Amino acid sequence: MSGINDVVIKISTVNGTGSASANGLLMKAIFRMGIPVVGKNYFPSNIQGLPTWYEVRVSGDGYQARADRVDIIVAMNAQTYSLDMADVTPGGWLIYDSTWARSRQLDRADIKILGIPLSKMCNERFDGVRARILMKNIAYVGALAALLEIDLDIIAELLEQTFASKAHMAESNLEAIRLGYDYTSEHFKCPLPAKVEKLDKTANHILIDGNTAAGLGCVFAGATVGAWYPITPSTSLMDAYKAFCKQFRMDEESGGKKFCIVQAEDELAAIGVVLGATWNGARAFTPTSGPGISLMSEFIGFAYYAELPAVIFDVQRAGPSTGMPTRTQQCDLMACAYASHGDTKHVLLFPSDPEECFYMSITAFDLADRLQTPVIVMSDLDIGMNDWMCPDLKWDENYQPDKGKVLSAEDLESMDQFYRYLDVDGDGITYRTIPGEHPKGSYFTRGSGHTKYGGYTEDSADYQEVVDRLLVKWETARTIVPEPEIEYSKFNKFAILSLGSGDGAVREALVHLKGQNIGLNYCRVKAFPFTESVSDFIKKHERVYVLEQNRDGQLRSLLMLDANANPEKLISMLHYNGMPVSANFVIDRLLDEMAEGQAA
Amino acid sequence: MSYIAKPSVTHPGLPRNQLGLTARDYEGAVSTLCAGCGHDSITASIIQAVFELGIEPHRLAKMSGIGCSSKTPAYFVSQSHGFNAVHGRMASVTTGANAANRDLKYIGVSGDGDSLSIGMGQFAHIIRRNLDMCYVIENNGVYGLTKGQFSASADVGTTARKGGAANRQMPIDPVSIAIGLGATYIARSFSGDKDQLIPLIKGALMHKGFSLVDVISPCVTFNDHEGSTKSYAYTRQNYHHVIEADFVSPAEEIVAAYDEGEAMPVELHDGSRIVFRKIDKNYDPTSRAAAFSFLRDSVNAGEIMTGLLYIDEETGDMHDLSGSVEQPLSQIPYEELNPGSENLANLMNRYR
Repeated sequence: MSGINDVVIKISTVNGTGSASANGLLMKAIFRMGIPVVGKNYFPSNIQGLPTWYEVRVSGDGYQARADRVDIIVAMNAQTYSLDMADVTPGGWLIYDSTWARSRQLDRADIKILGIPLSKMCNERFDGVRARILMKNIAYVGALAALLEIDLDIIAELLEQTFASKAHMAESNLEAIRLGYDYTSEHFKCPLPAKVEKLDKTANHILIDGNTAAGLGCVFAGATVGAWYPITPSTSLMDAYKAFCKQFRMDEESGGKKFCIVQAEDELAAIGVVLGATWNGARAFTPTSGPGISLMSEFIGFAYYAELPAVIFDVQRAGPSTGMPTRTQQCDLMACAYASHGDTKHVLLFPSDPEECFYMSITAFDLADRLQTPVIVMSDLDIGMNDWMCPDLKWDENYQPDKGKVLSAEDLESMDQFYRYLDVDGDGITYRTIPGEHPKGSYFTRGSGHTKYGGYTEDSADYQEVVDRLLVKWETARTIVPEPEIEYSKFNKFAILSLGSGDGAVREALVHLKGQNIGLNYCRVKAFPFTESVSDFIKKHERVYVLEQNRDGQLRSLLMLDANANPEKLISMLHYNGMPVSANFVIDRLLDEMAEGQAA
Repeated sequence: MSYIAKPSVTHPGLPRNQLGLTARDYEGAVSTLCAGCGHDSITASIIQAVFELGIEPHRLAKMSGIGCSSKTPAYFVSQSHGFNAVHGRMASVTTGANAANRDLKYIGVSGDGDSLSIGMGQFAHIIRRNLDMCYVIENNGVYGLTKGQFSASADVGTTARKGGAANRQMPIDPVSIAIGLGATYIARSFSGDKDQLIPLIKGALMHKGFSLVDVISPCVTFNDHEGSTKSYAYTRQNYHHVIEADFVSPAEEIVAAYDEGEAMPVELHDGSRIVFRKIDKNYDPTSRAAAFSFLRDSVNAGEIMTGLLYIDEETGDMHDLSGSVEQPLSQIPYEELNPGSENLANLMNRYR
């Protein structure tokens, strides 16, 4: 149920009508009132005309998962009116544009319907078709401001900042806000019981999406080469990298770029560009989504065997094939863990929010260089494209990139002979050289059979020695990848295990379950291979409920394969309809499973 | 796989280049290709070209994909870094390598199978980027390692070694494609013509931008029979020097006396020159339209036109087009790449 600082507003509009700026304004105004807020965009694969929704969850408790309820719907799209009406939780409110009469057949007794003549007011006040459409959206923010008691001064301040160089735009936007606000205040009882009240919970926090944070992370990690092929939902990652590079990476004297972005012809080429760049000593990355991973797979296996660093961001969307390109899922876990033919496996990182997208980008580059292998950051559409509330991103000035075992010209000068694939230190990680550094550093990089000295081979023993050594490296990776986040409440035999964007729903569910005296321990894995503590966690519990967002329990399979987990202990809770998972889903599934477990 | 180690023999009298190295220092492992393979002659020409240019071996990067041709980087300049990538995708790897370090010399060796089928997309797009590299296609019209299937460059009417149905599909001519896509250095030669090939490779290595050297390189095992248009016999009968090009390094003077009006020097980015001698008076290697139409006519006539067919020294390479700094990106110190904590702190205000 809704209440003060606990309200879910869903805005239903037509794609391409400029509602994004109106929704952003609404979010930021609430955020600046010190109230935690999160926005989720449910949009079509379309440029203009199809229905689109934006859901704002105001949560004084700071919950960021999808709420699974709608307290207020702003139904601006006639096409979806009946759908939108059905969406409202009993006791909620529906706001519609009363410029046009709605069908009497569409009504609900258990919700309140508020008609506001948004188009009429805006058509009277503003000129031009485009301006009228845009202002109609701004006007519903004004209506919501009245209903929710959002501080108008904060809205005015936001508009002034947004349109700093276009004062007339700030003015006309504010006018539209007032139209909505005044009409609503005059005709309805304001505020609603579900309203906002100032808090102080957003200081030192930001509203940011994961792709922006990851793009920024690539800049801070020192990546100089980015290669990509546009694909939803990863595109904005490269857009962000480019924008930040233009801000921070231009040479002041020459005006030259200290970065190189290659928009490749396809993902086959994008990953090739990355490998060429890392082979030559640069930090390089590519953002993509599931179909891109499929295309990159041959090269990913090559990189595993030739031992080249690469950072790949897989911003996952619902699959298979083209799937639902604008819906979220965690369905590429298996495809990434074992991408490519032959005996290959790859290091994966699982950020759970935009903050982790930033820090894990840095970790990804360090691990890729340290381990000389591809590292795939498994983000998803929910994290990548939605605005989340995160603590301010901070930078440690003492950070130095871990370039791993790279021999310098001086190192090579003092060596008798350099062998590329010789395990000198016993950790499975061999020394490498950068082309052009020193004559002694030359070697032949190849995906075909090679000996530990780097020579071509078709000899069984020589080949096997190399692939066995790669397993030693895998075990080293297990010891240096990020540890899981584990929370024990004592004496629990049952636990939840999850990853990535499922974290918010689990944490919220755990609070509610605790209220029902159900205590569960929790483990959020952050990386593949799984560290010892993940295996230990599973061993310590009788039953582990594995929450993930795919149909086939891919995380569960990986736990069986890599953490030697007992499959009987692992009970799947699978959410894969393309929407972000909610706490309600977790609670319902868990109670069902627990009841079933007890019955058995 | 080489079972025989190559003996390292040097004669005191061998000529040395400006680095004091002999051609022997630019050799590689023993070739494992078939005896008489055209590719081995091209390898020898590459060795000679790199030796004569005095390129430091470790400053040369040898790139290749998959196929017989792609094996050859192991057979030249063993002191260079090599990258034997996946099928048809050497171009993207070289793009990345060059993006990271624009100061190395890049030579890619590919084949008609590697470049004109799976590699077609990457071949086209590396031309569009005008990536600074020398891209050699060892063109024999046939898949050797998988035993004799037609490749995309096989001419209409070509028969397989053991007979059977002739190829009916139109061939892809890499030279015509490259001209159409805007390549800035386009040459064709024949593996059996070292005198022509060596200067073409030298020019290609020194040209700033993308250089294509398409070399007819007969496959002695699968495509050297009657009925093949890529055999030694057919190539010798039908190929013409449309234009001859000498490569002149910056230090050398042009000594040969060319007839007025026929000799045409073109200065390369580093000060070296290509001096053209036209065999065909109607040919202009600096006009893309003229070169294209001339080549189309020759293809229709079943003639193989060779030489440096087109050159454009004006168009910038990938880094010029994207505006990169001069310094190789891989060598910029991290301190210059990291915006720092203060910038990050200021940036946070944008997100609230």
